Amino acid sequence: MAMSGRMMGGLLGGALLAVGLAQAQDDTFDEYRSMFGDDNPAIFIVDEGSELWTQARGPENVSLEQCDLGQGPGVVENVYGQLPRYFEDTDSVMDLEGRLIHCMVELQGFKREEIIEGIYSGAGDNGTEMEALVAYVADASQGSKVAVPQSHPEEKAAYKAGEALFYHRAGPYDFSCATCHRQSDKRIRLQSLPNLTEAEGARATYTTWPAYRISQGVVRTMGWRMRNCARQQRLPELQPGSEAVVDLLMYMGVNAEGGSMDAPGLKR
Amino acid sequence: MMKRLMISLFALSLMSGCGQGGNGEQSAASTNPQAQAGNASGNTEQGAQADAASDTNAASAVMAPDPDAILRTSMQARNGVGLDRLDQDSLQIACSNAEDRAGDQAGKLREAAMAAIEFPEDGNYLGDWKKGEAIAQNGRGMQYSDDPDDPNGGNCYACHELAAGEVAYGTMGPSLRNYGQRGQSEAMLKYTWGKIWNPHAYMVCSHMPRFGEAGILTPDQIRHVMALLLDPASPVNKAE
Repeated sequence: MAMSGRMMGGLLGGALLAVGLAQAQDDTFDEYRSMFGDDNPAIFIVDEGSELWTQARGPENVSLEQCDLGQGPGVVENVYGQLPRYFEDTDSVMDLEGRLIHCMVELQGFKREEIIEGIYSGAGDNGTEMEALVAYVADASQGSKVAVPQSHPEEKAAYKAGEALFYHRAGPYDFSCATCHRQSDKRIRLQSLPNLTEAEGARATYTTWPAYRISQGVVRTMGWRMRNCARQQRLPELQPGSEAVVDLLMYMGVNAEGGSMDAPGLKR
Repeated sequence: MMKRLMISLFALSLMSGCGQGGNGEQSAASTNPQAQAGNASGNTEQGAQADAASDTNAASAVMAPDPDAILRTSMQARNGVGLDRLDQDSLQIACSNAEDRAGDQAGKLREAAMAAIEFPEDGNYLGDWKKGEAIAQNGRGMQYSDDPDDPNGGNCYACHELAAGEVAYGTMGPSLRNYGQRGQSEAMLKYTWGKIWNPHAYMVCSHMPRFGEAGILTPDQIRHVMALLLDPASPVNKAE
């Protein structure tokens, strides 16, 4: 069931790719996206994530239903817009992907390295467990407001670190996050670049990831998007749930305060 | 840490015009708060002051973030792209701020950038615009997903409008349509070459990569890109 939906999405993706290459203008894509109506192929991946959440799995043969994503064990509704946040049990600030890894290791007994090794779909892959779980959790936050907490000192420190990381230039191309994401109404080739230093751009970005990537036929997570930013900055591979990801996401999330969650989104 | 201190020392020498002397390390630390974290040498007057200041700040429990250290624990080497890519030089340190300004270091950094431009010794600035167009279109190079044996691209279209026929251009940089109207005087050739080699020679904290200085493009590739910009036959300088 889920697989056939996935394959359908892939076919649609192929069709758009052809269109997209010919005329990849934003308005053209918006038109195309509107043709989908409410039919985001991500719904099939959300279903898959829901099953993964409730199934007894891993060496410990337990579900993730005791996983605390910030609102108490097992609560999935409306958690996405309040992450990253400080968790007492690890005494650290964690984002959704880092927290899911933590639960899969601590509750289900999976090996951290193995989760991280296959965390994002590669070329031609049909989706990963992490992508499905993130889609499921994000979907359960649809319509809720972004309210990333800044009450704990560690949360404040993460924001400051995220801001410093955002402007940090490195690598052979001298790029920082800010190189592409501090101005409004700019684009690379035809791809619009969100200004992540302002509420409008930060909200539009924060609230629409994870997203079904039509050209790739899979759900992509924010961690995947950030890893690819780092790759394009000519930097080494950014690791999921790492401090840099958490800090940068804290910076973006706080800047996005008040936005309405609308994920999984639909992107080219 | 050692490398960062050396880089800081270089930044200091640019700033003051002399990087010598026993107080170099302590002063370097004071120019770079990131390097200061973990540097416990408080055996000089200035160092003691810095320690006292951080004691005062400790009450608020907010330490200056260290993005370099965070990145080193958050990234892994892949396909030949190692953590040494994170080593910042003096220019990157000076330009890592929200204002996008190098402050009182700007003059020295600009002069250093200008002095290090390697102009073609044979005076040959212009190659083949067709090869230049291919380089401008190519966005690959130096990513861990790229084949290191393939030549790097310049990816000019990511940020600049160039040839009339290419509509998929970015807007991060200014349009370079009809750039060739500026002519081929020696001053123009040298300016254009220098801008591609190291844009900070003209505008410190530019967003453009240092294509020559950083070894992204070879001198021959830069010649081809120069021709794309300046050759009257190039589509950059044609009506359509």
